Parts: sequence; structure tokens; C-alpha cells
Amino acid sequence: MTTKTARRRAVLDIDRDHALHLLHEMLRIRRFEEKCAELYTALKIRGFVHLYDGEEACAVGVMQALEPGDAVVATYRDHGQALARGVPMNRIMAEMYGKQEGCSRGRGGSMHLFDAKTRFYGGNAIVACGLPLAVGLALADKRLGRRQVTCCFHGDGAVAEGAFHETMNLAVLWQVPALFVCENNLYAMGTALRYSHAETNLAKKAAVYGLPAEVVDGMDVLAVEAAAQKAVAAIRAGKGPYFLELRTYRFRAHSMFDAELYRSKEEVEEWKKRDPITTFARYLQEHEVIGPADVEELEHRVAAEVDEAVAFAEAGTWEPVEDLTRFVYSEGVRA
Amino acid sequence: MRTNGGTQMLETTYRETVRAAIREAILKDSRVFLMGEDVGRYGGAFGVTKGLLEELGPEKILDTPLSELGFTGAGIGAALGGMRPIVEIMTVNFSLLAADQILNNAATYLHMSGGLFNVPLVIRMATGAGRQLAAQHAHCLEGWYAHIAGIKVVTPAVLEDARGMLWTALEDPDPVIIFENPTLYNMKGQLAADAGAVDIHKARVRRAGSDVTIITYSASLFKALDAATTLAQEGIEAEVIDLRTLRPLDDDTYLTSIAKTHRAVVVDEGWRSGSISAEISARIMEKAFYELDVPVERICSVEVPMPYPRHLEEAALPQATTIVQTVKRMVHHDG
Repeated sequence: MTTKTARRRAVLDIDRDHALHLLHEMLRIRRFEEKCAELYTALKIRGFVHLYDGEEACAVGVMQALEPGDAVVATYRDHGQALARGVPMNRIMAEMYGKQEGCSRGRGGSMHLFDAKTRFYGGNAIVACGLPLAVGLALADKRLGRRQVTCCFHGDGAVAEGAFHETMNLAVLWQVPALFVCENNLYAMGTALRYSHAETNLAKKAAVYGLPAEVVDGMDVLAVEAAAQKAVAAIRAGKGPYFLELRTYRFRAHSMFDAELYRSKEEVEEWKKRDPITTFARYLQEHEVIGPADVEELEHRVAAEVDEAVAFAEAGTWEPVEDLTRFVYSEGVRA
Repeated sequence: MRTNGGTQMLETTYRETVRAAIREAILKDSRVFLMGEDVGRYGGAFGVTKGLLEELGPEKILDTPLSELGFTGAGIGAALGGMRPIVEIMTVNFSLLAADQILNNAATYLHMSGGLFNVPLVIRMATGAGRQLAAQHAHCLEGWYAHIAGIKVVTPAVLEDARGMLWTALEDPDPVIIFENPTLYNMKGQLAADAGAVDIHKARVRRAGSDVTIITYSASLFKALDAATTLAQEGIEAEVIDLRTLRPLDDDTYLTSIAKTHRAVVVDEGWRSGSISAEISARIMEKAFYELDVPVERICSVEVPMPYPRHLEEAALPQATTIVQTVKRMVHHDG
């Protein structure tokens, strides 16, 4: 965990533009998720929707370390990961609607966001199923002589899956350039970490496979960014895979169907005091890196972007039913 | 070495033929590599890849740990990343450990991503009984895989296909699973010295006949051909069709045959209920009902987990004698 002193120093050294960028990125996610919740209630968005509120510092911090050519493998709680990676908000919103202007042509929905330009390989909704893919993507980069990194997000729940352990073993065995980012939000759906894991220190589990594994405060965007930069630099230098456990918390229910019977309101409120956005904004203001007008301006920009995304999705079109069987096999090839 | 109409013919085995196909693919395309359990130092569980590690090196012939889920997923990732991996899974029973990756990732990525990400992956695996390996090594589940939209399933029975299907599968932009029946590995035969790629979308008539159509694939092809020889001695001419590809099924070839013979029997080493034979039987009913003189018959494995003792294993599997009896009954039924 980054010490308080180290964090203060980092904040004081921070470039104003970069600070605003981080805050902006986190706000984009928060306001997007709030809009999704609203649109879900309005029946515009359906299916399973898993919101990222509270975890914004994870995706935003990690993405700062990635280059455009790097690959990202995401989880089903992927809106924040996609937004922070640079998948356009309007195309993500259109995907929520199931419109063909969506980033996955409407075929995927909330849990399956994809984007070729940013090498965003999903939106994976089987817990841990993206992990082995990351090994392969990184292996391909290594074999083809590309100095890219594959960044694979997963949750604490995934660490209980066999796929996680097979992946760690393969990644270290083959020394692939992959960063594994565990967003430990303390619950696998509704089952708390202590009921899922005999060893609740997840970084410790990864470490036994022989890769560097660190625990990071996932509510602190600067700490996440610093850890990710260090990890990615090591990976790009050819030192093999790296594991980061980001300790975080989701403020909302697991999905839109969750009555949250497994945790207390007090616990949620306690974590909300560590809100990655408000604490960061306050911190920057306390140190006079930014002022209240800056936050206000960011909020305006974000609100406009969200409105535009909704308008884009509303104006989007439904794929013709005649196209139903497209994309089962590649086109132009005999099926 | 002999010549056949000017073509040089080589004496070879199915095993050597598969090895030659793998070797050629790796030498021809730098993106191709083979990975799987014991494919390298051990030489392949069935001796198929013997000598390839020494010749081609560990980057091309990659030994994996016992992590079917992990390395199959890594194969999918490597395919997404621009490689052309051949993943070898020792037996179809073991492939169930990787079923998540095959069904939830390989078969879905193109569709879930709205056409953005195809998976040019080839998986090879052994299937089928006949070597007293009992109930966890010898089942015949290619029919299950043929149920999955998004993958292609091929079953080379003859040397020409063992040699030529791999390259075509590697050129396919989508996942292809090649099922090899290990009882065929020792099969000897003549193969053209310049044998190369063959199509993977058409069935073949392996023996022409006018009285009954026997539809089969993989190792059962040879039981059907044996049965046809016996039947010919009794004046019954069977047309034997090798499906070659179980998904997508080539309906035209067997429907054309049935239009001539008016009788059809499907021989399938899978269990009868919900099998590929059930699918074919249904299609015949849908598309050739009025061509039939007698109901379609099916000869499948008896619905038991595969037993160990030879006499029980033989009793559980389709046999040439059963095919002969069934066909005679069908022919004599309608006089």
C-alpha cells in the first residue's frame, strides 16, 4: 500500500493538466454509470448491467500506463474499463441500447464491449475466462516481436477459478508481457471475500507463481497509476508478467437485479467516505492544484458528453432481423 | 513408392500423415505453432509429433502443462493476436476441461464483437473408443461440438484428409476442431507424394451403390466399407458416404444418394440420444421424406459409459456385422 507521505508527495508533484485529466476520466465513468442506471429504470437498457461506481480509480489509473497499441481484456463490469481505454462514449451507450451503431454492433450489450482500434478484447462475462486469452495475446506480441503489453482486468471472484491459477502458471512459465489487474471489490457477486477464499490476500496467491504481485489502494488514482506505470515499465523491459491487486469497492449493487442483502448500508457508507473522485478532487483543491471552478467545468463537459451519447444511442438504428445470422462465421468465406 | 496414373504414391500411415501436415504447416507459415500436453519431448501421446520438437524447436512445438482450459484459452488469445496456433488436446474427454473456452470464447467472439474479432484457431483432439481405455478416455463427443454455432467440426478418416484438412483449417478465419480417431493412427495406405490441402465442406461418396445409403464419418467409415463388401457378396450394393465435416453438414451429398437408393442408415460412434445421427435423420425426414422406402435407421454406440473389457467395448460400439444385419433387414423389409 502506498504510504500517505508518498501519496502526498505524488500529489504535490502532479501536473495540473494531468490531475484534471484523471479527474475528468473518473467523472466520465461516474456520470455515465448514473445515466445507465437511470436508463435501465426507464427500460432503455436491458439484460445484465454491472456498474463501476466506486471503482473508477482502478481503470483510470491503470490506463495511464498503457500505449495505444497495447491490448486490454476486460471483465463484464466493463463500462469504466472501456471508457478509460478510449472507446468512444457514444458507441458504448449505443451498445447499451443494443443499436447497431454500438461498439459491438449491439450484439454484445453491457457485458460485451469490444473495440478494434483500442485493442479492447471484451467484455468477458464468464468469470476468469478472459485470463487465458491474455496469455495468448501477450504470447502473440512476444512471438511477433511487438513490444506491447496485454492488460487483463479481473475481479476477486476470478481468483477462486481454476482459470486464474492455470493462467498465472502459464504467464510466468512463458514469461509473457501481461499485466494482471485484480479489482478486488471484496465481493464475488454477493459472497464476501472471507467466504470465498481460504487465503484472502489475493496478491499472495499470485505471488506463489513467481511473478511480482503488489497490493495497491484502488481508491487512490495516483497510487494505482504509479503502480501500473512501474509494472508496465517492467513488463515492457522484458521482465515478464506482473500482478496488481487493487483494493476497491463498488458503491452500487452487483447488477441491477441485486437487493444487496449481503452487506450493510453502514459498510457501503463507510466506503463512500473514500470515494475515489471526491477524495481526489478535495485533495487537489486542498493543495491548490485545482479550484472549484475546474470541477464545475469538468462536470459541464461530462454532462454534455453523456447527453450527446444518449442522443447518439437514441438516434441509433436497429440491425435488420435479416442480419441475424451474420457474424457467426467470417463473411466472404464458405461456412 | 509406386506411381498411380503418373502420380507418385507413397506408403504411409495416418499417424505419419498427420505429422507431415503439421510439419508442413509450421514450415510454410511462420505464424503457425503447435501446443499441447506432451507434444514435444514426449513426442505426442499417440506418437504423432515425434521428432518435431528436435527439428522445429520449442517455439514451434510448445509443451504445455496439464491446463486444458488455460492453454486452449491461450490459443484463442494467440489467434486473436495474429498467430495461427494449433492446439492439441489429448482426448475429447479432456477437452471438457476446456469446453468453457471453446464454447464461450472461441465460438462467440466474432458474434459478440459484432464482427470485429474472428478467432483463426485450430484444435486437434483424439476421439473414440476401441483400445480398452474405459470411461474417461474413449468417448465420442464430436457430435456435441457439432452442436455449437460458431465453430467448424471436421473428422478426417482417410489419409488424404488427414494430410489435407489441417492446412485448410488453418486458412479458415474461424475456429475449426479436427477430430482424429486414434484407432486410425496405425492405418497404412498409399498417399500421393504431392498430396495437399483438401476442402472441409463437402462429404464424399467412398463407395458407390444403388440399394442403400450408409452415412458415416471417421473410423466408422471403415466398418461401413467392410459391411458394404459383405453386403455385395449377397447382392446388396451399398453407397457409403463419408461426411468428413460434421459442422456445417453437407446435406446435398447424402440427399442426392438417398434419391437414388431410397434407404438410409446412419452409423455414428456417438451415443444415440441427441447425436449427430439424430440430426442427420431429422434432416432426411425434413428434406427427403418422400424418397424413403423404409424408415431411416441409426447404428450408434450403446448408451453406457465405455466399459473396459474388450468384449463389452466391442458390444458397445457400432460394428460391421450390425451394419450388415440392419441393411439386410431394411432391404428385405420392402422386398
